[in-house]
Amino acid sequence: MHNQSISELGQALRDKKISSVELTQYFLDRIKRHASLNSFITVTEELALQQAQAADQLLASGQARALTGIPLAQKDIFCMNGVKTTCGSKMLDNFIAPYDATVIKQFNAAGAVTLGKLNMDEFAMGSSNETSFYGAVQNPWNTDTVPGGSSGGSAAAVAARLTPAASGTDTGGSIRQPAALCGITGLKPTYGRISRYGMIAYASSLDQGGPMARSAEDAALLLQVMAGFDEKDSTSADQPVPDYLAELNKPLQGLKIGLPQEFFTADLDSDIAAAVETAVAEYKKLGAEVKDVSLPNLKLAIPAYYVIASAECSANLSRFDGVRFGYRCDNPEDLTDLYTRSRGEAFGQEVKRRILMGTYALSAGYYDAYYLKAQKVRRLISNDFKQALSEVDVIMGPVSPSTAFAIGEKSGDPIQMYLSDIYTVAVNLAGLPGMSIPAGLVDNKPVGLHIIGDYFAEARLLNIAHQYQHVTDWHTQCPPGFE
Amino acid sequence: MALSADEVNKIAHLARLGIDEQDIEHYASDLNNILDLMTQMGELNTDDVQPMAHPLDQVQRLREDAVKEEDQRDHFQKIAPQTENGLYLVPKVID
Repeated sequence: MHNQSISELGQALRDKKISSVELTQYFLDRIKRHASLNSFITVTEELALQQAQAADQLLASGQARALTGIPLAQKDIFCMNGVKTTCGSKMLDNFIAPYDATVIKQFNAAGAVTLGKLNMDEFAMGSSNETSFYGAVQNPWNTDTVPGGSSGGSAAAVAARLTPAASGTDTGGSIRQPAALCGITGLKPTYGRISRYGMIAYASSLDQGGPMARSAEDAALLLQVMAGFDEKDSTSADQPVPDYLAELNKPLQGLKIGLPQEFFTADLDSDIAAAVETAVAEYKKLGAEVKDVSLPNLKLAIPAYYVIASAECSANLSRFDGVRFGYRCDNPEDLTDLYTRSRGEAFGQEVKRRILMGTYALSAGYYDAYYLKAQKVRRLISNDFKQALSEVDVIMGPVSPSTAFAIGEKSGDPIQMYLSDIYTVAVNLAGLPGMSIPAGLVDNKPVGLHIIGDYFAEARLLNIAHQYQHVTDWHTQCPPGFE
Repeated sequence: MALSADEVNKIAHLARLGIDEQDIEHYASDLNNILDLMTQMGELNTDDVQPMAHPLDQVQRLREDAVKEEDQRDHFQKIAPQTENGLYLVPKVID
C-alpha cells in the first residue's frame, strides 16, 4: 500500500476498496514502527483520524477531490491551528500555533489528512537536518548518513514511505538537496507561487514552499492545491494557476536543455557527474537537444546568498523576544536581560551564527559592503540565468556536489556545509523554479538531477520530470528495509 | 579586517543575543571565515548594477484601508509567557 501513488490511493478511496481511516491508521502505524528515523517532531494521530473520518464522509457522498482522504505530513515550519509548531527550535518548543498557514488551509480544504509535523533544521538553517533542536534525522538509505536539509524530515519520511508526500520549504536548496539525498522528487516553485503566510520566515526574499513526493505526478497533485495568490502574503504572485496534470504527458521532442559549464567542475563528485550525464542522455533519447550554457557569476552565489539570507534572518528572528510567545528565560533581571537570555538560551549555534553575521552585515558602515553588494551580485546572477534561459528551455545539472554524507561529518565546519549549497542557492537568488528528481544510485545512495526552468514554468518542469520517470525507475527505488 | 572578540560582543549586544563568554572566540573565528568567503564578492565590478531586492521586481501591493481582521487578542495571548488584563508583562522598565 505504501508504494502506491497518490492517484492510485485516491482511486482506491473513491472505489471504497479502503477507507481514509484505514489508510491513515496504516501510515500512523508505519510512522511508529520507524520512529528511530526521527523524521517527525509531532505525530498528530488524533487529528489525523478525525480528518480521515470527515474525508470518509465526503468520499461517501461523492464529493471527493484528488487529495480527499490522502494522508500527508507537513514540515514543522507551517503553522497549524492548535498544533505545536516548533520550526525545529527550542524557541518554539512550547508554541501552539493560534492560526493556520495558508498552505495548511488549502490542504484542509482539499480534504487531505495531516499525519504530523516533520523534523527540520532549526528555523530552516542548515543543509543536513543536524541543527534541529529535536536531533538529527536519519537517511533511510543509510541510517549513518544525513537526509540533507533543511526539509530533512520531509525527505526521509517520504523516502521511507511513512507518508505518501509532504510539504517542504526551500530558501537555498532546502527542498531540492534533501530530495536528492533521499531519492525523492522535490519541487521549489517560482518565488511567490505558494503563499508564505503562516510559514515561519527565515529569509523573506528567498523563502518558498513546495511539494516533496515520490513522483512528479504526485508532486503535481500537491502543487495544484498549494499554489495560488494570497492577499495575506505581500509578495504572493498574482498569476493564474494552470492545470499541472494536463501537461504531464506532453512529448519532449525538441526540448532544449542547457548544461552550464560552471556546474561541472572538479568540485563535483565524478560519479554524480556521470549520473547526470546518463540522465541527460536519456532525455536525448526522448527527443531533447543539449547545448552548453554559461552562468559566469555562479561562484559568487554562495557569498551573496549567505549575506542576504543572514541579513534577512537577523531581521525576521528579532520577533522571538520572549515577550509574546515562545521561550522565555527564568527570572529576568530587566527587559534587556529578558531579550538577551531568552534568545541566547533558546537559539542553537547555527541560528546564532547567522543572526550575528546578518546583524553585522546590516550594521552602520557595513551595509554597502555586504548587503547592497550582495543584492547587486544577485542581479548579475539573475541576469546570467535570464541569458541562459533565452537560449534553452531548461537548465540541468547536479543538485548536490556529493551524495548523503555521514552524520557529524560536516557539522563542525560551517563553511564546508555552506559550500555544499553551490548548485541550489543561485536558483533562489534568481527566484526561479527548480526540481530534484532521482537519477541514480552511487554506492546505494541516491543522486538527484536538477532541472531549472523559467519563471512560472512549474508545469513544464513537472512534464519534463514525468517523462523521465515514465522511461526510468529510479523514482520507484525503495530504501532497503522499508519495502 | 578580522573581527575581534570585542566586536563580536558588540554585535551580539546589537542583536540582543546572549552568547557565553567562553564561546565568543569560537564565534569570532567562524564569522571571520564566513567574512573571508563573502569578501570574494569584491572581485566583481558592480558599479552600475541595480540592487535586486525582489526576484520578480514586484512592487509592494496596495490594498483598501479597511478593517478586515477581527480582534483575537485573548486567543493570541493564551500562548504568551505572561499577561495581565490583556497586556503582555515584562520586567519593570520605569522606576
